[in-house]
Amino acid sequence: MSAHTHAPYEPVFVGARKAELTQLLTRYPTKMAALLPALWMVQEDRRWISEEAMTEVAAQLDLTAAYVKGVVSFYTMYHQHPVGNHFIQVCTTSPCLCAGADKVVDAFLEHTGCKELGVTSADGRYTVIEVECLGACGFATPVQVNLDYIENVTADKVPQILAGLK
Amino acid sequence: MGYPNKSHPRETAVLSKHFGDPEARTLDGWKKRGGYRALEQALAMTPTDIVNVVKDSGLRGRGGAGFPTGLKWSFMKQDDGKPHYLCCNADESEPGTFKDREIMRWTPHSLIEGCAIGAYAIGAETAYIYVRGEFTEPIRCLNEALKECYAANILGSNAMGTGKTINIYVHSGAGAYICGEETALMNSLEGRRGNPRIKPPFPAVSGLFGMPTTINNVETLAAVPHILINGAEWYKAMSLSSPKSMGTKLFSVCGNIARPGNYEVVMGFPFKDFLYDLCGGPLAGRKFKGVIPGGCSVPIQTMDEAEATMMDYEGFVAQGTMLGSGGVIIFDDAQSIPRMTARHARFFAHESCAQCTQCREGTAWSTKILDRIVAGQGTFEDLDTLLEMADNMTGKTICVLSDSCATVVVSALQKYRHEFEALITGKRSSTVAVSSGAAA
Repeated sequence: MSAHTHAPYEPVFVGARKAELTQLLTRYPTKMAALLPALWMVQEDRRWISEEAMTEVAAQLDLTAAYVKGVVSFYTMYHQHPVGNHFIQVCTTSPCLCAGADKVVDAFLEHTGCKELGVTSADGRYTVIEVECLGACGFATPVQVNLDYIENVTADKVPQILAGLK
Repeated sequence: MGYPNKSHPRETAVLSKHFGDPEARTLDGWKKRGGYRALEQALAMTPTDIVNVVKDSGLRGRGGAGFPTGLKWSFMKQDDGKPHYLCCNADESEPGTFKDREIMRWTPHSLIEGCAIGAYAIGAETAYIYVRGEFTEPIRCLNEALKECYAANILGSNAMGTGKTINIYVHSGAGAYICGEETALMNSLEGRRGNPRIKPPFPAVSGLFGMPTTINNVETLAAVPHILINGAEWYKAMSLSSPKSMGTKLFSVCGNIARPGNYEVVMGFPFKDFLYDLCGGPLAGRKFKGVIPGGCSVPIQTMDEAEATMMDYEGFVAQGTMLGSGGVIIFDDAQSIPRMTARHARFFAHESCAQCTQCREGTAWSTKILDRIVAGQGTFEDLDTLLEMADNMTGKTICVLSDSCATVVVSALQKYRHEFEALITGKRSSTVAVSSGAAA
């Protein structure tokens, strides 16, 4: 983490990104309404949202950094810390749990070497967490790797899935 | 076309007709299937006439509450000089529910057409489709479809060449079940934390950005073009049981069942036939134990109750539960009801926005006590405490998340009390396989 905090901060909203944000603002009557989309742009470019990035977003949208942090911390999909290259979210809410999602979680923890939920593997490749209902319950167990869903995952398919990740 | 299973002959595929057919995703493909004729027709009508057709059709909100859609639209004062907004609630996060995802990723134009008609009917020039952040594929499909619509001048400042302005934008959430509550959704869209607002004022008076707003579910809006094309009488005639429930309904089926997936049936379809015939019954060698028929916020039904149910708003209420979102979660005899109940409580505790004390504390303590019971360390007093807490969590908060958690716990305790007691006395019921304690 120290590497991130000590390197000089490079702003996200320059060039094409700035133009994209300006364009986005035309969709809403307030600047604040562009907050969630702006945070998504930051996460897309940087993979997580640092305090400096929150300050930058605040300045872009005439908000305070504290306000932005309050919003970032409310939503589970925004990362306030760096995560592994492959951020693996296994749905374990009841419809998936009754179909064996707990075994899928165990398999991911074992085969990624993460061992613990939320702890990034030593090689920085993987972070595994449990997620609340992904809204794909008929395809139990759905797993979201970064932005993509993988459906009908069972424990025995986990090694093959991991081998397929770049 | 069914998805992921083939259509069953007893289904009535209106909304799901093109699921699984990638060609229906494109503007050309959608037009070939009759797309945008309803919008063309709507833009030649007055907004009041459209509202009346929807009122006459009997369409009710498919997100869970079942409020009459035409009536909701009629609350929007025409010509009040204020900007109006339409919000499409595509935050589908109710455990057991995955129908809106299929509508958006297979037939994005059906939703866009419904939104455009709805926006025009309520006097809105702007509609936002608020999609949960996890749904990256549906978001991609919707954005591609919107791009086609703007390029073809179906949307924009001269929608379909009529000189009317209709803009539709996709707005992505970022992970919060509570944003499916309509006032939390509006706060989230405004760039705030997704905390529900106190009502009144109701959204039709002061909603998004303080302006008159209507919020409709994906499935509700997707039904509107079909109603305009085929007429209110056609829609109204699709009713097998209660005269207050009409049209078709998508049910998402998951859990321990042979053929999970989405099924579209006419309101009032017998639930027994649905579970055993359409969905293929239990897995080999298993028996159904209980079913939560409307997403995890509604009471669990025993199989006796479920098998006597007619699948419509009134039919589910008559059998001790609610239609809700139509997310059918079924548990078989290998599942422990206390374990599943504990997991439900954990879901609500995780998703509580923490504004109201009864919810923040109630969902968390319900989870702790249920986990303790599942781990074999509960007492009989715990059962009384759970019920007492449920009472304090019902009807006392800004939104119904807390009530939902209470409902799930109380119904499980009422109908499967013996399983909880067996865990407390250490005599585990022979029909209950309790695995290693609480869900992580």
